[in-house]
Amino acid sequence: MTDEASDAILSARNVTMRFGGLVANRDVNFEIPRNAIVSLIGPNGAGKTTFFNQLTGMLQPTSGDIVFDGESIIGLAPNQIVQLGISRTFQNIRLFGNMTVLANVMVGRHVRLKASWWGSLLKLPSVRAEEDATRQRARELLDLVGLRREYEEEWASNLPYGDQRRLELARALASDPKLLLLDEPTAGMNPGETARLTALIKRLRDELNLTVLLIEHDMKVVMGISERITVLDYGEKLAEGLPEEIRANPRVIEAYLGKQATTA
Amino acid sequence: MDRTLRRALTIGGLASAANVHVSLVGMVITFQTRDFIADVITLGSVMPLLIAMVAGWLAGRPDKATAGTPSAATVIVGGALAGAVAGAVLAGLAFLIGVVDLQSVLVNASSRLVEALQFGQGATIGTLLLVGGSAAVGAMGAALHVLPSLLARAVTIGLSTTLGFTLMEPFISAVLRNLSLDVVERLIFAGGGLTPLGFVLVFLVSAGIAYAWGRRGHVARERVAAMPEDRQRTMKLIAFALIGVLLLALPQIVGQRLSEVLTTVGIYVLLGLGLNIVVGFAGLLDLGYVAFYAVGAYVTAILTSPVSPLFNPQLSFWAALPFVIVAAAFIGLMVGTPVLRLRGDYLAIVTLGFGEIARIIFLSEWAKPIAGGAQGILSVPPPLPFSRDPQIIYYPILFFCVLAALGAVSLASSRVGRAWNAMREDESVAEATGVSTVKYKLLAFGLGAAFGCLSGALFAAKIGTIFPNSFDILVSINALSLIILGGMGNIFGVVLGAFVLVGLPELLREFSEFRLLLYGAVLVAMMILRPEGLLPSRSRRAELHERADDDEEIYDADAGVDTGRPVVTT
Repeated sequence: MTDEASDAILSARNVTMRFGGLVANRDVNFEIPRNAIVSLIGPNGAGKTTFFNQLTGMLQPTSGDIVFDGESIIGLAPNQIVQLGISRTFQNIRLFGNMTVLANVMVGRHVRLKASWWGSLLKLPSVRAEEDATRQRARELLDLVGLRREYEEEWASNLPYGDQRRLELARALASDPKLLLLDEPTAGMNPGETARLTALIKRLRDELNLTVLLIEHDMKVVMGISERITVLDYGEKLAEGLPEEIRANPRVIEAYLGKQATTA
Repeated sequence: MDRTLRRALTIGGLASAANVHVSLVGMVITFQTRDFIADVITLGSVMPLLIAMVAGWLAGRPDKATAGTPSAATVIVGGALAGAVAGAVLAGLAFLIGVVDLQSVLVNASSRLVEALQFGQGATIGTLLLVGGSAAVGAMGAALHVLPSLLARAVTIGLSTTLGFTLMEPFISAVLRNLSLDVVERLIFAGGGLTPLGFVLVFLVSAGIAYAWGRRGHVARERVAAMPEDRQRTMKLIAFALIGVLLLALPQIVGQRLSEVLTTVGIYVLLGLGLNIVVGFAGLLDLGYVAFYAVGAYVTAILTSPVSPLFNPQLSFWAALPFVIVAAAFIGLMVGTPVLRLRGDYLAIVTLGFGEIARIIFLSEWAKPIAGGAQGILSVPPPLPFSRDPQIIYYPILFFCVLAALGAVSLASSRVGRAWNAMREDESVAEATGVSTVKYKLLAFGLGAAFGCLSGALFAAKIGTIFPNSFDILVSINALSLIILGGMGNIFGVVLGAFVLVGLPELLREFSEFRLLLYGAVLVAMMILRPEGLLPSRSRRAELHERADDDEEIYDADAGVDTGRPVVTT
């Protein structure tokens, strides 16, 4: 346990988020071991997405500290956090609908590009070379997530639902993240699609040397993919541990199914 | 049938309202001075017929609520009915004017209006002509739905072209005469309108071309697409070279007065290209764009004019240009910084305020020692060695327009353009994807300001004298309207929009009084019929991609979603 903690890629210490009188997260302590696939679960309204938003800088915690790769990310803008190596997908898919599939992925690579505005204005040779390389890289990523080549000039909003999820994943991967945050990646998918996506996440972790944190409701996915699980309830950490520990934890069962389930 | 009847009557009623409106505001009388077909019908008399035709077309549109397609006869009768209603109400108005004196209240309800509405044929025949003619053109309008679509399209284009030829008669005859084609000019034009033969010729030629292109155009396109890439590139280069030569020769072809119009259009093209960066690319609705235009003009005037008060270094236009750009960047950041956190409507209102602030500062006593107050600044020198002659100053304006267009094109397809687009689509996701929205908003404002200031500088140098009142809100509205009309986000759309919204009114002096009325009508019609603009940026994809039907589908799915949005709700 202690060695794992020392090798944490991200650790949140006493993170508290208040919206007026409502406490969305209270004193959450949380660590993600490097290269692990970790799940964050909990009933609706438990504060999972709020926690995600603090990790990505879209919200600033009221108190507490978040350290990523040895550096505190409190006070950084979302784009600076992407630069450091955290990228995310959204619970309700949020693509740039009126941009092409390829352009969506290329925007994802934005932080790794150097072209300045005047370089772009003059179309300097270095800028052209970078654009070509970016296009190349974006195509590789589309291949990696399994999006068909002929879609690349299609408008993102015209893709079928499952492919939109894949595209969002490709866009998130384009910034070469060290930590990938997936907010309910299998929401709305049928069992077949879910199985394929789960396999994909595992493969991405291995091939791209990623650490993955996911919020997920589908217990089959959670138990199948996670190496560690953290449970939030009413904004507080309820339990943490290996999948089999969580499955057997009476407090978790109570939070999910109500008190009767444990006493019965 | 009952439904069709009701629809025809409703549309006929609406068309009558439009008819009565254009008659009473004086448009019919104004156009009475020009012939549509010489000695046959005046432009003023054509107007109610045109409205009746549109009414017929509207009445004949397929009704989504009823199943199945109505018979051709039903459609045509419906159109004729709508047209007849429109004509009858107008005939009633003409009759009323003849009996009761309305002119004390409605100045335009005069005997000249009656004459125009009755085609100068007296009460009985005139009324019959108006009602019968309206019914006939209404039927023709409806018949467009019955004809095969290619033919209907050709007829529409043919009729629009004849109308366009008449409206632009001064322009076209001047061009023909400059090209020593007097023969052609005499053949098709007479008395400020088309000759009967000219009408037939223009109609047949334009409709024929439209029909042929409709039938065979895709073959030509496919043939080009099938060519090897280097051949395609050569053809593109040749096309660009031809356009280039045409642009360079244009002032000589069109002559002095029309070159003046071209320079005005050029200044608005530059303005539109700049605003397009801010609104079209980055999605920041800026209603105070005139502020940049004014700053550019004033900085130029102060630095170059020998009589600018207090401070007059009397630089040349070109020496002043770097200062103009610096001032632009500064003012861009000044406007951009406070509005960084504002979105959509709020941003629009605040920038609207900035535009007015700029004008009021230049008008104020406080700035008078530098900007000259209401008297403005006189004697701004032209951009030597180019004189102020419109046929000469056209060239520096063209130069800057081409430069700006090239710059805008390369930005659009770059990392910067993508970041702007992402920001326009969804600001918070753009930020979560790594785009610094602060940086890219300021960049959009800064570059937009630079284009606007450049445009203002050229305006000052062209016109020679600047007053604060040249920089009112109408400039912002014109610039915004032209990019909406042309197609948000597209460079060619901006150019086309500038020609239509700025160039046409200059050519049609008759319009000047009704300019804003027509603006409104055109913009409303655009929002309904083609919210993406005349040349939407999507069409670029159609060029890149040759899967014709696929593109069609994508295009339709996006129409109205994309370009409509930044204007209406963002």
